[in-house]
Amino acid sequence: MEDLLQYLFSGISIGSVYAVVAIGLSMLYRSTELINFAHGEFAMFGAMGLVTLWGQLKLPLPLAFVLTVAGVSMVGILFERFAIRPVKDPHPISLVIITVGASIVFRGVAMVVWGKDPVAVPSFSSHGSIEIAGAVIVPQSLYIVAAALVLAGSLHLFFRYTLQGKAMTACAVNKKAAWLTGIPSSRMGLFAVLISSGSGAIAGIFIAPVTMNTYDMGTMLGLKGFCAAMIGGLGSLWGAFAGGLLLGILECFGAGLISSGCKDAIAFVLLLLILYLCPGGLFAQKQADRF
Amino acid sequence: MDKERVHNLLFVGVVVVTGVVVENTYLLQVMTFIGINTLLALGLNMLMGYAGQVSLGHGAFYGIGAYATAYLSGTLGISPWLALVCAIFLAVGVAFVVGRPTLKLSGYYLGMGTLGFGMIVHILFREAGSITGGASGFVGIPMLTLGPLLFEGGQSYFYLVWAVVFGAIFLCRRILDSKTGRALAAIHGRENAAVALGVDAHSLKLTVFMFSAALGAVAGFLYAHFVLFISPDSFGFMASVKMVTMVVIGGMASVWGALIGAVVITLLPEVLHGFADHEMIVFGLILMGVMIVMPQGLTKGVMERYARYKKRA
Amino acid sequence: MHGIRKEHENLLLQVTGLTKQFGGVRAQDNVSFGVEQGSVLGLIGPNGAGKTTLFNMITGVCVPDKGEILFDGRSITSLPVHKRVTAGIARTFQNVELFPGMTVLENVLVGMHVRLKSGFWGAVIRSPRVVKEEQQARKKALAILEFTGLLSYADRLACDLPVGRQKTAEIARALATDPKLILLDEPAAGLNRIESMALGELICKIKARGITLMLVEHDMGLAMEVCDKILVLDRGEAIALATPQQITNDQKVMDAYLGEEFQCLN
Repeated sequence: MEDLLQYLFSGISIGSVYAVVAIGLSMLYRSTELINFAHGEFAMFGAMGLVTLWGQLKLPLPLAFVLTVAGVSMVGILFERFAIRPVKDPHPISLVIITVGASIVFRGVAMVVWGKDPVAVPSFSSHGSIEIAGAVIVPQSLYIVAAALVLAGSLHLFFRYTLQGKAMTACAVNKKAAWLTGIPSSRMGLFAVLISSGSGAIAGIFIAPVTMNTYDMGTMLGLKGFCAAMIGGLGSLWGAFAGGLLLGILECFGAGLISSGCKDAIAFVLLLLILYLCPGGLFAQKQADRF
Repeated sequence: MDKERVHNLLFVGVVVVTGVVVENTYLLQVMTFIGINTLLALGLNMLMGYAGQVSLGHGAFYGIGAYATAYLSGTLGISPWLALVCAIFLAVGVAFVVGRPTLKLSGYYLGMGTLGFGMIVHILFREAGSITGGASGFVGIPMLTLGPLLFEGGQSYFYLVWAVVFGAIFLCRRILDSKTGRALAAIHGRENAAVALGVDAHSLKLTVFMFSAALGAVAGFLYAHFVLFISPDSFGFMASVKMVTMVVIGGMASVWGALIGAVVITLLPEVLHGFADHEMIVFGLILMGVMIVMPQGLTKGVMERYARYKKRA
Repeated sequence: MHGIRKEHENLLLQVTGLTKQFGGVRAQDNVSFGVEQGSVLGLIGPNGAGKTTLFNMITGVCVPDKGEILFDGRSITSLPVHKRVTAGIARTFQNVELFPGMTVLENVLVGMHVRLKSGFWGAVIRSPRVVKEEQQARKKALAILEFTGLLSYADRLACDLPVGRQKTAEIARALATDPKLILLDEPAAGLNRIESMALGELICKIKARGITLMLVEHDMGLAMEVCDKILVLDRGEAIALATPQQITNDQKVMDAYLGEEFQCLN
């Protein structure tokens, strides 16, 4: 029983990270219909940035956080400007290959800069862990869940209540109509990349203290984020959130009850099943409800 | 047609002479790898270039070929040639089962689906330790023999691999120059029109998927009996990406392009030996650069640019 | 009306109670009609009347919610597109959909896909039978090009042809499937007067071969000239099926669906 509760807690914690990664992917798709295979690398850069700025340069945590997010967002913007926008033939296959190429470049750069060995940072606070009914929760888990909730909540408010957010939604629904009403779709695209890469960085930052941070950690994170986004239905904010949690919990139960080796396989089997059986996502009611 | 025959003869001649003239084992080894990579690129090229379907998990079939022969001939001790047949059947069977639902997807979903498939197979190689030797790899793959012939590294293996490459090129040509090839070009050009003319797009894509899986398995077989030691990492995501890079460099939809792509991708790490750590960056930049600047592939792109340049001059 | 029973036996295509809903829109509402063997049926109606949806359901691109389609005496309602092509239904598209990178001849050869028996393995083994079949296919493709007046364009890339020729090439490609019924989706759109007259002649020539045709057409002159019967669709409903003369005399249809455009033409 304690075990099960423990799996649940770990699942929620890791699931929140997947949720944040998924939200980034999903929001980019919603505004630009691009699926970025290099999204996981933004999370990796986030984690690595924190390792350098906070762990090694000993900057204050809030400053390191802001700098990392800003830096990764810059990378995202450069990526959009120089790799996505100049594409002459924006066919999905070309874009898949380009973003896969980008992910390898990012990984290669990270390997050169941070080396091949895992690096670690301490937890954000030195509070002891909390025990509920025999299951242990480390404070970092709580921060992760809180970060995911805050991010999803603020994005929700952003899309619902700000002009910019509404303009982005308009762009997503109908690019041409939005353009005709004077919304610059290219700037919206850039803004979407900003949100996407920034939230990727946030995922990386919050997960950094609880994982082995390596140059290739992004691949798995990105793929699982995609899986989560698919579960929730691509383009849906809370769908991505729920999908992330579900995936995280399933993974932890799978790892605990079956074997830890198959942990990663669960996400991929789930991904294939979703793709085959309900590509609209588990919670999809109607196409029109996605926005 | 005659020009093509000249090209073919020239190609065979170059390979035969190379095999005789070159005595340096290292060079022969590199050229053998080029042959194996050409096989991989040929298969994926049929799928990506002609059928227009991306696969980011083709390393799986390469691995299935390698592990199937390793297990069957290494552990169970059956003849490698029989193992080859089994490996091909296994790869084609897996391609059928996986391809049926996956090839209904398109665009990004297809990319993700194939990637996920590749990952699952990679994890299986790593986790099914009792069969595959797990993460530390499989040792004890026998060398290939055919009657009195022993294919150990060097010349004999070089010729074996390139003979298979010739065969594969020949097969691809025949398929492309037929009703099937026309239908492939049609679904690549305008799928809905092709379907309206009665081309069963899904089953055609599936056929090509299985064919490319078979070529991948043959390449895996040749790889396994050449290096005699295999580990999961040779067949993971990077392997799949390398295959895609070869096809993209060579230019999709070109049989010779596959060869050029294989040459570039095999030689690049050898040339960049001092920059081993930068290999990934270079691959990634090539992929991005080619797709952004010359989406029709490096060979075609350079040739077109050259033609334009000559016209102007 | 005594001829109905006899006509019934001659129907190549018979559609009963076809209904299709897209979201809240009824694209097709209980549509029933028949097409006689060897005749030309015109399909008219304002935009959004459901003409293209009807075509898509007959060719199998979309599946009706309700209703049945009988072709050549058997139900094809649930057959996939390629099996319907094999059964003898071919089509052209509203916007030309030739394969741009292929020659006109190759385009026509793709049209023969379902009639050629050799498959994947045939291509690999390339037995004399396969080679012979391929030669015959080429011969037949050239004959079709001659029939449609495109022989001189055989080796030109399809995308290099003028629009009028592209439209004809699409008909040639449809003919290559050896159809019993051809559906032409706005074949005269974008054609000038002379081209459209030539198209009319081609349609008559195809009809003379015993092939049944259905066409969606806005060029009323052409429709009146070549069609034996005209089906008028409005908001997904079939409101009239009669000869061109009867349609022109039906004031209700004329007012509502042909409007001033046709009166100008007259």
